[in-house]
Amino acid sequence: MPWIDACALVDIEEEDLVRLDHEGRTYAVYRISGEEVYCTDGLCTHEKVHLADGLVIDHTIECPKHNGQFDVRTGAAIRSPACEALSTYPARVVDGRVHVEIP
Amino acid sequence: MDPVRLITFPMERDYSLTGPERQNAFDKGLAGAEWYRTPVDRKVLKSLMKRTDWPATRDIAIWVAVLVGSGAGGILLWGSWWALPFFFVYGVFYASAADSRWHECGHGTAFKTRWKNDAVYELASFLLMRNSVVWRWSHARHHTDTIIVGRDPEIAGMRPPQLIVLCLNLFGIVAVPQSLAALARNAAGILPPDEADLIPESERDKAIRVGRIHIAIYVLVALVSLWSWSLLPLMIIGLPRAYGIWLLLVMGLPQHLGLAEDVLDYRINSRTVLMNPILRFIYWNMNYHIEHHMYPMVPYHALPKLREVVKHDLPAPNPSLWNAWSEIIPCVLRQLRDPRHFIRPQLPEGAGVWEPVRSNQTA
Repeated sequence: MPWIDACALVDIEEEDLVRLDHEGRTYAVYRISGEEVYCTDGLCTHEKVHLADGLVIDHTIECPKHNGQFDVRTGAAIRSPACEALSTYPARVVDGRVHVEIP
Repeated sequence: MDPVRLITFPMERDYSLTGPERQNAFDKGLAGAEWYRTPVDRKVLKSLMKRTDWPATRDIAIWVAVLVGSGAGGILLWGSWWALPFFFVYGVFYASAADSRWHECGHGTAFKTRWKNDAVYELASFLLMRNSVVWRWSHARHHTDTIIVGRDPEIAGMRPPQLIVLCLNLFGIVAVPQSLAALARNAAGILPPDEADLIPESERDKAIRVGRIHIAIYVLVALVSLWSWSLLPLMIIGLPRAYGIWLLLVMGLPQHLGLAEDVLDYRINSRTVLMNPILRFIYWNMNYHIEHHMYPMVPYHALPKLREVVKHDLPAPNPSLWNAWSEIIPCVLRQLRDPRHFIRPQLPEGAGVWEPVRSNQTA
């Protein structure tokens, strides 16, 4: 899979995320702190709500609609009503830009 | 009006989750739809959503202290009329106040620490005779499809309104036997179709286990009551769900009662009622109900601030519970004759646009 230039690192606040739409799919790109970044699918596996409106707490993303939670590092669902894991994708910072490896 | 209709009149629509209205909701694009939300700047929203343990720790400590104090007073004065005011307070805090703790901790917003939310949620679920698994999924659906007939399992104000049942439930007379029966069914390994519609396969064993734990405890308390030939154990555990729930209904029914069904706008199907600080403590600010539905990630203690941010786009709140019930009671009485009647809140000039999706209701 190719590496995609998602955004500038400074475009994402620490403990926050942005939505990335690419090739007809939606992803969520997270910045935890400094250059620690992650990428997952952008829609909650429970009811397909955009996670970009959610809340990042430590390494979890909380869905804005039903408060289901996922670990952004592994995609694991850690609080119902989220039961199914998110897909995760490699992410890195290169020269102040966030790159993600997505289909 | 025929008084028999007050109890037995048929529903205008099928409110079950497995009836024809379910498919109607899907066909009309009402199930799992996009809802109108007043836009809020992301930075402001993040500050409002911020989690902390302190306010809920303080409020839960006060709640427990009131329960222990009033419960102890009731036990010590048992057999005397002086026990009554203690049980009055105990019942309200046991049942009515438990609902809002159940609700906030179910959302996971009360505490920052997850196990604290889960612990209070499980305790409050038990006090309210609610299967914590079933109701977690039920409430998630309520937020997905708020007052969408055939989808929302938490529509309290069905049409025409079941007035006698609503009144009896001020003291849990219908709801408590129904709740115990639901728990007993779960304990027997049965999930009825409406519950099976809500709960994924992976969670069903847990729901059955919770039903068994709740029923086991209630049976134990009933046996202690029988063995001691005293009502006192049940007055402490179990019966408060009946004698203390009235305030929840007074505060909670106005959340949606008398408002529109099948609209994708919380401003039209939910109601914000201003309340005094004591009621807001008991109710954990759920009187800011439009705000809560728009942004369920905002903790209860930040809802007044959220209201300030979005109020320009919302209908004027009801200034008091008295005012809210003054508009609700005539509405539900009219719904006995005309189930399509509902209250249409007035949005302020310049408010964001919402589109009604049903046209066969009359305002």
